[in-house]
Amino acid sequence: MNTLYNRRGWTLLAVCTLVAALLPLLHLALPADHPLHVSGYAMGLVGKFMCYALAALALDLVWGYTGILSLGHGVFFALGAYAHGMYLMRAIGREGSYGSLLPDFMVFLDWKDYPWYWAFTNHFWYCMLLVVLVPGLLAFVFGYFAFRSRIKGVYFSIITQAMTYAFMLLFFRNDTGFGGNNGFTDFKRILGHAITAPGTRVALYLATLALLVGALLLCRWIVRSKLGRVLQGVRDAESRLMFIGYDPLAFKLFVWTLSAVLCAIAGALYVPQVGIINPSEMSPANSIEMVVWVAIGGRGTLVGPIVGAFAVNGLKSWFTAAFPDLWLFALGLLFILVTLFLRKGILGTLPELARLLPARLRGKPAAAAAAAAAEEETA
Amino acid sequence: MKHVLKQFLLALAVCLPVVANAAIDPALLQPLAGDDPDARVDAIARIAASGSPDARKLLQALLDEELVATPAGQILIVHDSQAVDAATGQALPLPDGADAIVVNNRLRGATQAALSGLALLAPDKEQRLSAARALQGQDADPARAPLLRQALARETDPDIQIILRQLVAVADLAATDPVLRKAAVLALADSGTSALKPQLQAILAHKPDGSYMEADESLRVAAATTLAAIERRATRNDIVANLFYGVSLGSVLLLAALGLAITFGLMGIINMAHGELLMIGAYTTYVVQSLFRQYLPGALDWYLAAALPAGFVVAFAVGVLLERSVIRWLYGRPLETLLATWGISLVLMQTVRTVFGAQNVEVANPAWMSGGVTVLGSLVLPYNRIAIIGFAVLVVAAVWLVLNKTRLGLFVRAVMQNRRMADCVGVPTGRIDMLTFGLGSGIAGLGGVALSQLGNVGPDLGQAYIVDSFMVVVLGGVGQLAGTVLGALGLGEINKFLEPLAGAVMAKICILVVIIVFIQRRPQGLFALKGRSIE
Repeated sequence: MNTLYNRRGWTLLAVCTLVAALLPLLHLALPADHPLHVSGYAMGLVGKFMCYALAALALDLVWGYTGILSLGHGVFFALGAYAHGMYLMRAIGREGSYGSLLPDFMVFLDWKDYPWYWAFTNHFWYCMLLVVLVPGLLAFVFGYFAFRSRIKGVYFSIITQAMTYAFMLLFFRNDTGFGGNNGFTDFKRILGHAITAPGTRVALYLATLALLVGALLLCRWIVRSKLGRVLQGVRDAESRLMFIGYDPLAFKLFVWTLSAVLCAIAGALYVPQVGIINPSEMSPANSIEMVVWVAIGGRGTLVGPIVGAFAVNGLKSWFTAAFPDLWLFALGLLFILVTLFLRKGILGTLPELARLLPARLRGKPAAAAAAAAAEEETA
Repeated sequence: MKHVLKQFLLALAVCLPVVANAAIDPALLQPLAGDDPDARVDAIARIAASGSPDARKLLQALLDEELVATPAGQILIVHDSQAVDAATGQALPLPDGADAIVVNNRLRGATQAALSGLALLAPDKEQRLSAARALQGQDADPARAPLLRQALARETDPDIQIILRQLVAVADLAATDPVLRKAAVLALADSGTSALKPQLQAILAHKPDGSYMEADESLRVAAATTLAAIERRATRNDIVANLFYGVSLGSVLLLAALGLAITFGLMGIINMAHGELLMIGAYTTYVVQSLFRQYLPGALDWYLAAALPAGFVVAFAVGVLLERSVIRWLYGRPLETLLATWGISLVLMQTVRTVFGAQNVEVANPAWMSGGVTVLGSLVLPYNRIAIIGFAVLVVAAVWLVLNKTRLGLFVRAVMQNRRMADCVGVPTGRIDMLTFGLGSGIAGLGGVALSQLGNVGPDLGQAYIVDSFMVVVLGGVGQLAGTVLGALGLGEINKFLEPLAGAVMAKICILVVIIVFIQRRPQGLFALKGRSIE
């Protein structure tokens, strides 16, 4: 694993970041017919993938390093998205189809005023606070009870899935004040800027990139610290750790809540770029798909999940356009083959492959992997 | 028995016209030709009250405007320019100067009502039942009371008798005679349903000045008593209905979860493709049904008898294939098993979508399963739900027998308790794993056959049950058959009793929350094995 984070590895990460940061420049500065011009669609796609990558990174922190497999990260992602979405809905103002200050779905339900939990959501920073606090609090409470009762392994996975399912049912209801199965959409502006304007989109893209890189560095710092080693102890031998005298509860709770918050931030960045959030984001299938990004990229590598998110979603974009009927076959086979033959994922397997290579080529696998990531990003 | 009765009624129907020939009193016919609208309507009601087939023929002719009145005062039925004397039934030449009897809207309505009342006297039981049900939906009409009484007197079927008694009471309630009304109110105390509450409440209503609309106090008292009785009965019926539907939902959950109780509960395999095994069972039912339709249309009612073994065998085969090809490489790695089986479920779902299309397919209940038995006056328990409850009991019994009374069951328990020891004494553990997983899958297939009888059969069928199935198994305690049964029934009952209070979706959410909290309190489930173990 250390082979991933040697000098070459870091250099490649920096290069990738730079390339990714240059994309919007190519989008804005070059005319549409220039061969190096990056279309708005491509940039939006990469932006969306970066949100997914952030969610996958968050999941890797709990699954790869602490051994807690969550099948409920979709809820945190969606809650973050909904919290931001509330602001975006208020920012529509009177431009909705009914010309009312209330969002269209509330007018449709004949509501006269916002419900109490919509209070202050017209303030951007308050909503950003909600993005962090609401999923964080949910994760904290849920995690506290679960970890205190020492629910682990598969049981934990199953109850997180039940939680996702319950939330999905709840948000599909019209009377919860979150737009029912249509969710939030039709956003007009963010902080006074038109949401479809190229400048706004570039700003959102850059913010996502910055947060993704920042989160990667943060996670890397955490897993390298003493705290990170305790977390890995939880993963590998929780009972032994307890016998030594550590209480895993606080450690698990910390990393679980942090992961939920990172995932929520990913959701909050996702919503203005994609322009819609609805309860189907909370379906159990979506949460499991996140797990697959991590598994394919390589759990416990931090960079791996990012590669995995780009690889799987890139594949998905291509498949659903070229062979829509085959996508589920491909995804299903990916699940099966990765768990059977690629236990450590793409990045986890590369160092093993490197050992098979002649000596003069060693040290390059990380470069190859990062190059693959860069390819995905520019694709 | 039923057959003999049918023959008898048929014979009766053939005899009746002969007996009842010339049954209509000319005095009743006379007002039809007159001008007084009230007299005409009254005449129609009285003709209908005779209940004879001739009356039906006459009313139908009236409705079709085939009646003429001769100057001599005879009423003739003219059909295909053949005239028949309505009173005597004799064929006559059409006399000159006969006037067609004009039917206005009021008369037409009265005639139609009378005809539907006459259907109450029809020889066919189904026809009488549907006529009675149709009358239940109409406004009360005191003029119909004599006909209803007559029908009640002739009625032999208890179900229809109940409806008729109610109809008589409702008709009397609209009458003007206070004695009749009070008797009706009292009669309704035994047979009334909630649908009659408005009529009874009208008796108890106040005028704007505070006095009662109804002057007769004893009638008001009777109405209040009857209302209370009806409400008591409605509450009781609600509870019984909730209990029944709770058991029914519980048995559905049980059938869905029983296979998982073996693969997950006993073997510890997180089988996310379990829902798809249910779906395979359901689609097998569909295929068997289609085959029967094509090749054995006569035996279509019994296709389920073939679908059950077919569903078991197909799901068993798929299960064995999965175990040998994927799952056995993942033993001891539960999280990876979860992911791989999820992948399998995606592939299976997409396969079904490719083969059968993304739309739901139509699986029909066999004829003997449609309909239901009426209990407590108005509560209908559908046969298909009853059949599924019975089927669930059978499947549980069979699983218990296989696990506890057969050599295979002995091996299964041995391998699950101590794999190495079992291996040492010569149990072929690999084969037992394969067969156990196959058994669990096969039972899921059986569950799928049962589910196809209740709900939609589509590629997403499995997804709807997977979370519930895991909840049932986890709630019951992993590896505990009794726990699974109790967990399923408990969930079913809680769900049905919460539904009226909170709505279906909120009930479901509440239950998920309750389960999440419950698992946190007792991670081992309802029936935890006692003992000390760590990891």
